[in-house]
Amino acid sequence: MKSPWVKKLFLLLILVLLVIFPAASPSPYLVHIMTLIFIWAYISTAWAYMGRFGLVSLGHGAFLGIGAYVTALLFNYFNLSPWIGMLIGASSAAFLAAVLGYACFRFGVIGDYFALVTLAVGELVALSIIALRDTTGGSLGFTIRNLGNAPLYFQFSNKVYFYYLSFLFLVFALYLWVRIDKSKMQKALRAIGEDEIAASSVGINIIKYKMTITIISAFLTGIGGVLYAQYITYLNPHTLSGVEVSLAIPFKAILGGMFDMWGPTIGTAMIVSLEEYIRVSYGTKFIGISEVAYGIALIVLIIFLPKGLYGTLKEMKIFKNERRRQYGCNKRKEVILRGR
Amino acid sequence: MLELRGISRYFGGLAALKDVSIKVEKGEFVGLIGPNGSGKTTLFNIISGVLKPSSGRVLYMGRDITGLNPNKICHLGIARTFQIPRPFKNLSVIENVMLGVLFGNFEQFVPYSEENVKQEALKYLNFVGLRVDESTMPDELTAVGLRRLELARALATRPALLLADEVLSGLNKEELAEASSILKRIRDEMGITIIWVEHIIGALMNLVERVIVLDYGEVIADGSPTEVSKDERVIEAYLGEES
Ligand SMILES: Nc1ncnc2c1ncn2[C@@H]1O[C@H](COP(=O)(O)OP(=O)(O)OP(=O)(O)O)[C@@H](O)[C@H]1O
Ligand SMILES: [Mg+2]
Repeated sequence: MKSPWVKKLFLLLILVLLVIFPAASPSPYLVHIMTLIFIWAYISTAWAYMGRFGLVSLGHGAFLGIGAYVTALLFNYFNLSPWIGMLIGASSAAFLAAVLGYACFRFGVIGDYFALVTLAVGELVALSIIALRDTTGGSLGFTIRNLGNAPLYFQFSNKVYFYYLSFLFLVFALYLWVRIDKSKMQKALRAIGEDEIAASSVGINIIKYKMTITIISAFLTGIGGVLYAQYITYLNPHTLSGVEVSLAIPFKAILGGMFDMWGPTIGTAMIVSLEEYIRVSYGTKFIGISEVAYGIALIVLIIFLPKGLYGTLKEMKIFKNERRRQYGCNKRKEVILRGR
Repeated sequence: MLELRGISRYFGGLAALKDVSIKVEKGEFVGLIGPNGSGKTTLFNIISGVLKPSSGRVLYMGRDITGLNPNKICHLGIARTFQIPRPFKNLSVIENVMLGVLFGNFEQFVPYSEENVKQEALKYLNFVGLRVDESTMPDELTAVGLRRLELARALATRPALLLADEVLSGLNKEELAEASSILKRIRDEMGITIIWVEHIIGALMNLVERVIVLDYGEVIADGSPTEVSKDERVIEAYLGEES
């Protein structure tokens, strides 16, 4: 963007367009797609809170699943409103994250090993949900009791409410991203992501900051699970936890570019649209290969385009100015002070 | 101020440190020398909490700090530089030092405002004689510059004790004199106690008041530079290496 002013105007324009979109949309189907994009963009943004600092989790399905299942079960069995249940569900996800995080960070499980441990935890949660089939419905999943239009119970007969609600959640996640960027924590995490020994030697409490961001990310992801489940009104261990979602979430974020606040949203918009297009054009022929496809695509992305599509494009633009500056007049900037 | 009691450290079967006991008083300027692989860096790693000793205790200001995390030890006022510089490469030079200001020893607390912290960081960069601008990245620095950055970042944590690991290597004669004078000023003007590891023994001997010599993980001499340079075991250890 040229200037902060132009950027703000541009954002405002998009905001207005998105607000009037449901009214102007030719079909509810497009509103549905947009809602899905908001929900998953919110989730992958929450994932990237960690991912961008080198905490690559391949187990966010665990948090998504716990958030959604705890909330929906509390509602179905105890009639607890999901508005309250969701705090309990997300807190449960955050609690699991705290335990998992502490175990990993205390013993220096980082990088690929952290990814592997989280991958296992994600699958473990999915398997547990399946194993507890008497309450959770196992692999078949279960349906949230339908109350018709019950706003107090997070149920809306008019789906457009979900459009606005998930839009708000996404805006919140992006806002929190900016807040984190301005915080002391962001500086600590950047240093930790680069070199833990050097970071702790300048006084940065590695475990504290990694735990904090992991818990925030898991909590928001747990809420995302609730949002998705309430919208679809159906829970299934394969769509809410387990390997497939756990890979799909980072894939969206990394494709767009996890180092930029817009990256996960852009990546999600691309993937959700593509998935819908494939589903509509080719039907259900491809179901089941997506896990494999995600796995392969993720590896290819991480190797060849670690900054994602948007991140890379943005960098190329910046790079041109950067180069001019670097090789311009003041090439050697370091001047050693003599005496004094 | 700092007391090591019977520190040993094994890497597999190799004893990098064997029963090392050292005492350093507040305000001292101590040189720590020894041939390659004699355990100097390992000792620093143990004091700063990066490594845990296999046995022995580290006492600092009368407090047992053995096995504490490096960040805790930093907060208690011990800072170290790395022999092989470890800058945060994706952060600018100033940001590197700002981290020290932000997260270091809280005793002299700096209120968190971006501008305050930056000014504070620039102060330390100036002190070590590293002139950079806002956007200078660590990879634009020379090897010498990186060593200065190490020093500035360590000082920014406001230590009472500085562990300086080879801050002079790679410098020419002129730079050598200047860099050693920086160390001296750190002690004299900032009142920071220093333990200094250096291979350029000549420069070290001129400056420090006391020298400790390690050989194969053992303390073989501890005394004034004149005493130590006459010590037979020291001469032997170094002749053994030179030949
Ligand atoms: N992390 C480690 N793992 C295994 N061995 C190590 C490790 N760190 C040091 N060592 C070994 O311990 C011994 C002492 O190493 P150290 O780096 O402390 O020596 P030094 O006195 O600092 O040497 P130099 O003057 O070359 O810097 C060496 O034999 C080294 O190979
Ligand atoms: Mg060494």
